[in-house]
Amino acid sequence: MTSASTNVPAVALKGVSVAYGFAGGGRYEAVQPVDVSVEDGEFVAILGPTGCGKSTLLNIAAGLMPPSSGTSLIFGERLSGLNTVAGYLFQQDALMPWKTSRDNVAIGLEVRGMARAEALKQADAFLKKVGLASFGDRYPHQLSGGQKKRVALAQVLVREPKILLMDEPFGPLDAQTRLIMSELLLDLWQADRKAVMFVTHDLDEAIALSDRVLVMSAGPSSKIIGDFTIGLARPRDIAEVRSLPEFHILHNKIWNCLRDEVRKTYGLSDSKAGAAS
Amino acid sequence: MSRMKLLFLQVMVAVVGLTIWHLGSTVAIGVASNGKPVHLLPPFFFSTPWDVIKRVVTMFVEGSVYKHLMITLIEATLAFAIGGISGVAIGFWFARKPLVAAVFDPYVKMMNALPRVVLAPIFALWFGLGIWSKVWLGVTLVFFIVFFNVYQGVREVPQVVLSNARMLGMNERQLLRHVYWPAALSWVFSSLHTSVGFAVVGAVVGEYLGSSAGLGYLIHQAEGVFDVTGVFAGMVILMIFVMVIDFVVTMVEKPLLVWRPGETKTV
Ligand SMILES: Nc1ncnc2c1ncn2[C@@H]1O[C@H](COP(=O)(O)OP(=O)(O)OP(=O)(O)O)[C@@H](O)[C@H]1O
Ligand SMILES: [Mg+2]
Repeated sequence: MTSASTNVPAVALKGVSVAYGFAGGGRYEAVQPVDVSVEDGEFVAILGPTGCGKSTLLNIAAGLMPPSSGTSLIFGERLSGLNTVAGYLFQQDALMPWKTSRDNVAIGLEVRGMARAEALKQADAFLKKVGLASFGDRYPHQLSGGQKKRVALAQVLVREPKILLMDEPFGPLDAQTRLIMSELLLDLWQADRKAVMFVTHDLDEAIALSDRVLVMSAGPSSKIIGDFTIGLARPRDIAEVRSLPEFHILHNKIWNCLRDEVRKTYGLSDSKAGAAS
Repeated sequence: MSRMKLLFLQVMVAVVGLTIWHLGSTVAIGVASNGKPVHLLPPFFFSTPWDVIKRVVTMFVEGSVYKHLMITLIEATLAFAIGGISGVAIGFWFARKPLVAAVFDPYVKMMNALPRVVLAPIFALWFGLGIWSKVWLGVTLVFFIVFFNVYQGVREVPQVVLSNARMLGMNERQLLRHVYWPAALSWVFSSLHTSVGFAVVGAVVGEYLGSSAGLGYLIHQAEGVFDVTGVFAGMVILMIFVMVIDFVVTMVEKPLLVWRPGETKTV
């Protein structure tokens, strides 16, 4: 796949819906037909209450499962099977427990045919970038939750994918590390702009990092109920950007949209899912 | 608990056990009407620890036991190798081909439910009284343990680890090498002690039921002439044999399983 023209979106989900089937014959419509488009080089954050289908959408974009209806276009080409130009940072632990951090990072290069020595060299360089220079020989079970996430980040980034799918990458990190990692991510992204779909629960993080914030409604049959353009100037300083007045205006706008949906998820409001945007 | 204390307690158990055996079989608790002393553990049925030790030492010093040890070792090794390799291969095959697994499932269960002892005579008939009837008996035991563990190991690779590996660009062959194989191997190793033990069991039971050499044969011989000391000596040698093998297995698996959690140590 090539990005021949710059105005072809990196990811375009068109009328994509997802329904899960159960062994007993039941059916759960997680996402009703939605359109999502991410331009090449664009950083899009996806916000939504838990269980609304954020991971589901990323799985579709990754080609790990087919949508129940609709199509996914990757750089204009219809996706069938795995999305080979995407890197996916999973929400759960996905490192190979029998490989050291270094090998976990290097394997993505080795399977591509890169010589092992060179792959290890690059792996070490990336581990250094995520602050784990001295942890190359550790096995995943010897790392903390946040360290594992950072190894996983290096594992994905080292392959230089054209599209980055990230599912709450900084979830288990403490506030300070989160900030540092966000900065790192922005730096790396700034240098070589990839299309990013970034799922998060953290509204501040979403605004600070992205060009666009999508808000999903509570499930079942969730949809996109908000699409906010974040016009903050780049390059951004994550720590400082939060004190800008525009930041607060955006924060309020998006939070108003999100709040009702979060309430719905916990049954605090009697309205059914799918309220108007 | 410190190592020394543990070791001390372990030795104490042996000392107490041997003391009871020794006193029961040597100290008379009365005299029978025919004038013979009466023991709690009559030496004719229980021998005495000292006699057993002397016999074991004699067997090693005279060298009569080495040939039998060697035979049993060869049989167990062959049983382990054949059972292990076929278990891994077929376990992999079944795990990657659900249809095959579904078709053969009832038969695998039936074969595994069969007590292997009943196979010993028929194997003797098919493969003769030499080592091969014992090897195949061991194979039927080892195979199923390895098979089930590999099958389980391959199928229980977490979905997300698999998805991640595929997103990292692995093709089917690379998945086998970097994901399925290590996952299966860890299960094989967790059952290694059991399967090695069963390889020995297969060999010894086979020898016991019909052969002219091996530890099982030694024990059977002694039983045939009511030589209880010989029976106990054979069992002691068998136990030492199994413990040595178990120790070797532990040494082999240690460096191979460093990645596994549960070995956490704080210093
Ligand atoms: N394999 C599955 N089978 C059935 N239902 C599923 C399956 N996977 C997810 N779901 C359901 O689909 C909905 C969306 O799940 P998804 O994992 O996409 O949520 P999410 O937005 O990522 O939530 P979170 O923020 O908690 O990670 C949920 O209600 C979930 O229960
Ligand atoms: Mg999720």
